Amino acid sequence: MTNQSTKRKLTVAVTGLNAVDSPGPGVAVIRGIRDCEDFDVRIIGLSYESLEPGIYMEGIADKVYQIPYPAAGSESLLGRIEYIHAIEKIDVIIPNFDAELHNFIKISDRLKAMGIGTFLPSLEQFEARDKINLFKFGEKHDLLVPRDKTIYDLSELPQVAKDFGYPIVVKGKYYEATIAYTLEQAQKAFHKLNAKWGLPIIVQEFITGTEVNVAALGDGEGNTISAVPMRKLFITDKGKAWAGITIEENKLIDLSKKFISATKWRGGFEIEIMLTQDGKPYIMEVNPRFPAWIYLTVGAGQNQPASLVKMALGQKLEPFTSYEVGKLFIRYAWDLITDVSEFQKISAFGEL
Amino acid sequence: MKIKSNLAVSDSGFIFNPSNGDSFSTNTVGADIILLLKSGKSFEEIKKEIGNKYEVDDILFEKDFHDFVSQLQDYYLVSND
Repeated sequence: MTNQSTKRKLTVAVTGLNAVDSPGPGVAVIRGIRDCEDFDVRIIGLSYESLEPGIYMEGIADKVYQIPYPAAGSESLLGRIEYIHAIEKIDVIIPNFDAELHNFIKISDRLKAMGIGTFLPSLEQFEARDKINLFKFGEKHDLLVPRDKTIYDLSELPQVAKDFGYPIVVKGKYYEATIAYTLEQAQKAFHKLNAKWGLPIIVQEFITGTEVNVAALGDGEGNTISAVPMRKLFITDKGKAWAGITIEENKLIDLSKKFISATKWRGGFEIEIMLTQDGKPYIMEVNPRFPAWIYLTVGAGQNQPASLVKMALGQKLEPFTSYEVGKLFIRYAWDLITDVSEFQKISAFGEL
Repeated sequence: MKIKSNLAVSDSGFIFNPSNGDSFSTNTVGADIILLLKSGKSFEEIKKEIGNKYEVDDILFEKDFHDFVSQLQDYYLVSND
């Protein structure tokens, strides 16, 4: 007698394998999917660079393919996915980088025609929560967002700083932010962020309080499938959570529900919130994909990555109703030893 | 004054505020006081119970109690309801 598994066999492709000090969420997303007992899953890692740790980690990706950088455009991405799909028969793709989402959203209908499911926001939803549009978005939907100004030239900086008063937050188009207490610091941050991410630069009013984040999942019809709030306990010099704990704060759940209801958000996202001492939740940023700490939602009882896979396959899910408060994650650094032959395979052939 | 109803206090004096993730340590007397406050006891009732359990002077207890409560307020462990 053979013991045949009745679990659904799935092939899921995941990006964001850069589990570094400013980590992508891919490894955490994969762990969540692997933890789900409903699937018998084969994971295809999609990488951009040869030294992304998730390429080499045991038990993470079964096979890895490099894909073209977002700047190469959506056609180039589609061509590469067609090649990978011909070999792997992908069921679902989960992109995890802000910068690649635009291309993936653009080709999502064609992926669907190929039999590949995604669960992504629309371009409209994606752009509404962009840093550049966030303040207007907040005004429209009655959500608290700090005042900001998008600038394209250094000469605009003194006036904006004068209007907001120091300190100010100088933010890059995609990533990174610096708190500037003087004009000189703000100018330095402008140059650094411009060199790294390009223009525009966003200058934001500084709000003090407790930094909390919510990882959430919307079903695209205005319903919140999951929302788990987390307080950062240890923050790196890059502003990333290196440890965090789930908290019980209905204001944060309500805020996430309001955001999903207003946008009809489809997919995973993270809201970064500053909770002021008088309890006002200011939305600092909305990241249009799962955060790197998404595995905490699995630990707290709401497996968001696995839920997203199910929704990408067309399943209707009931919202989660509870999660465990006081669950911690503590990230760690680990020296993985591999052979140069592995590095050579991914570098030379784009596959491992 | 009311202590936050969802505040978790262990026997060893570890306090966890689930609303914001803050955690603190206190000694066993502090933990007892928090649990008595959580159960809605008045100052006089707490003074009596702590006096029965520990050797403490009334005047010193009153001073220390108010200092302790003021710390709880500073750390947002007191409910505004």
